[in-house]
Amino acid sequence: MGKLFIRVIRRDLLLAYRRRADVLTTLFFFVIVVSLFPLGVGPEMKTLRLIAPGVVWVAALLASMLSLQRLFAADYQDGTLEQMLLAPHPLGVIVLGKIVAHWMVSGLPLALMAPLLGLQFDLPPEALGILFIALLLGTPILSLIGAVGAALTLGLRGGGVLLSLLVLPLYIPALIFGAGAVEAYIAGVSPEGHLSLLAALLIFSGLATPWITALALRIAME
Amino acid sequence: MALNIFKYSSPASFYPLAGKMVPVFYGLAAVFTIVGLYISFFVAPTDATQGEAYRIIFIHVPAAWMSMFIYIVMAIWAGLGLVLNTRLSSMMAQALAPTGAMFTFVALITGAFWGKPTWGTWWEWDARMTSELILLFLYIGYMSLTAAIDDVRRADKAGAILAMVGGINVPIIYFSVKWWNTLHQGASVSLTSSPSMAKTMLLGMLIMAIAAWMYSIAVALSRVRLLMLEREKSSAWVQEILEQKS
Repeated sequence: MGKLFIRVIRRDLLLAYRRRADVLTTLFFFVIVVSLFPLGVGPEMKTLRLIAPGVVWVAALLASMLSLQRLFAADYQDGTLEQMLLAPHPLGVIVLGKIVAHWMVSGLPLALMAPLLGLQFDLPPEALGILFIALLLGTPILSLIGAVGAALTLGLRGGGVLLSLLVLPLYIPALIFGAGAVEAYIAGVSPEGHLSLLAALLIFSGLATPWITALALRIAME
Repeated sequence: MALNIFKYSSPASFYPLAGKMVPVFYGLAAVFTIVGLYISFFVAPTDATQGEAYRIIFIHVPAAWMSMFIYIVMAIWAGLGLVLNTRLSSMMAQALAPTGAMFTFVALITGAFWGKPTWGTWWEWDARMTSELILLFLYIGYMSLTAAIDDVRRADKAGAILAMVGGINVPIIYFSVKWWNTLHQGASVSLTSSPSMAKTMLLGMLIMAIAAWMYSIAVALSRVRLLMLEREKSSAWVQEILEQKS
């Protein structure tokens, strides 16, 4: 089981490496969206500090929307997904492997990039650390919940827009606690509560969503 | 002999039954609405602090109740359809969604009209209002997903998964009042302690809630009848009905 899990991750990482441009596109989308806000709101550092956590988080949600469609689309088109469904291995494990690989190429780069973007918003160094930890805990949630939406909308016309309609409302708890952690720190309160809730969400969605996604994939491929 | 409830899980036998039930529930809805509105406007006293503006709760509270309750019922029907593979359950779920979305919208709009005179703001980012807005998004997501999938069976099942995943949100709405303390008043009706509002106000609200129930049942049943005709249009019983009509 563990071997299968590692194999799937390695395969998807290799595939992602072969198409590096896709990964970079998502990352730069994230950078551009975050950088647009100061231009729209104005360069007042006091305002920017206030909105920074929310802006970074909303940009992360949007960037994750962009990359989600790629989660199953290529495997669906070339028939690999069908083979995975037929394979005598638990589909949930395969799906979890794919989600983890997807997070490593879409969520993790965002989390690594976020402290740098936080500097644009004049966040204090400790707040940058909290932002990083919050994104590290939160972006896997986005990949996990997003996988359900990606499986449900697999192969549908207008799938991308529909996907965001389905998934963005479900992202809201992660957004609230993720941005809330940084805001709490800036306000002088301990961010521990927010981060704990975020971790709880991560564990809960990590346990439930791979199996729900597997079910959704079976329905989509019927 | 025991009544076979599964008899009515088949569209062919449920269609005529639903046809008989629809006028009854519309009638009940009309009676309860008239009685409820009479109590709301002429019997219930003017609120000491909120004046006449509070009367919007007679629409607002039942709509908010129904918006959450219909979502749960919808998710249960959709889940039954997914697990038991019964056609009618999935059709019930789809028939309920537009009514639920309508009540959510009504709850939000009336909430805004109530908020302006009493709190001086149309909208406040408070937990309950935000959750209600998210509930509206969930309804819209469910309806868009089922509408986007041409294959009816896949649409039903995919919708069921989405409805159940979204259903996690409904308890959050209900308990959000306890989680966050914000501008929104505490729950106006509580089952554990005695209600803080006048008896006639509560009575008016409950009767309006029953009216909303009856209306929802009537509308959902008439919608499910149409869905049955549409989906089973090639079956013998639909052909018979069509022949009788023409």
